[in-house]
Amino acid sequence: MEGSVVLITGTRKGIGRYLAEHYVQRGAQVVGCSRSAPEWTLTNYTHFETDVTDEAAVRKMVAAVGKQFGRLDVLINNAGIASMNHVLLTPAATAERIFATNFQGVFLLCREAAKLMQRRRYGRIVNIGTVALPLHLEGEAIYAASKSAVVAFTQILAREVASYGITANVVAPTPIETDLIRNVPQEKIAAIIERLAIKRLGRFEDVANVIDFFVRPESDYVTGQVITLGGV
Amino acid sequence: METVTQTLDRQVVVNLILAALQDVLASMADEVVTPDENTRLIGRSAVLDSMGLVTLIVEVEQRLEADHDLVVVLADDRAMSQTRSPFLSVGTLADYVMQLAAEQG
Repeated sequence: MEGSVVLITGTRKGIGRYLAEHYVQRGAQVVGCSRSAPEWTLTNYTHFETDVTDEAAVRKMVAAVGKQFGRLDVLINNAGIASMNHVLLTPAATAERIFATNFQGVFLLCREAAKLMQRRRYGRIVNIGTVALPLHLEGEAIYAASKSAVVAFTQILAREVASYGITANVVAPTPIETDLIRNVPQEKIAAIIERLAIKRLGRFEDVANVIDFFVRPESDYVTGQVITLGGV
Repeated sequence: METVTQTLDRQVVVNLILAALQDVLASMADEVVTPDENTRLIGRSAVLDSMGLVTLIVEVEQRLEADHDLVVVLADDRAMSQTRSPFLSVGTLADYVMQLAAEQG
């Protein structure tokens, strides 16, 4: 990853922060964003306080990357929100909010990043899915639907940007110990793990491992794919 | 943005579009044409296919941003709904860029 420029959304905490550190360690120049500033700093890391649902702000951030580094090699759309609720009790505003971040944000970042990537006829885009989709988890209908949109979008995007040397893939993690599942009852998590082939919580390293594979230059023949963790 | 509209004249935009178009045509390895302001970008006599037009629009956006600090979205809802498409020819595209630049000024 030496010399590569990697853009990661949602880096303030959790997987995003881990990935920022991971790719800096591997020699990349990492650009990250979140709605508020992180409580940490890192050499070779630049942070933008950007809301991924704000089109103008996303354009400005990607333009700044182009101006500062002249290239973008990898985009990891990690920013995401969840809200567990029964469909019959889900407010419309919650559904809108989840779709705005989880889908619209991904779309905007992919669009702007691909414009910059196509200049060098090279790019790697990785979006984040979820096991809630193949497992049809009750209580996660809106979240899973938004990630289903991400999968469909990624698979078509992959075809549309293939001629530019850009690949687009999805990694779908199992529950990982992050804020995203903080409010999910323990027994729910245990029930999900019971349905996996490999019965444990996911780790940041598991996600990074699949992303490492997708973003390798040698993975130029791998696009439009979803890799689901845990053996679902 | 004031400096942009002062320094960006139409011929500069036409030349920028022509340079981008030549690069796109070269990458498509199609028959050699020397584009000018009247070169058609869409329609039966267009020099580009639909994917080539997408690439050209993105190239022009990127070059305006890199060379002139002008950030515009060429394929916005307005452009797509105009009866007379701004993507008809190099000249009409240049006019559209000038219009967007003036609006930002």
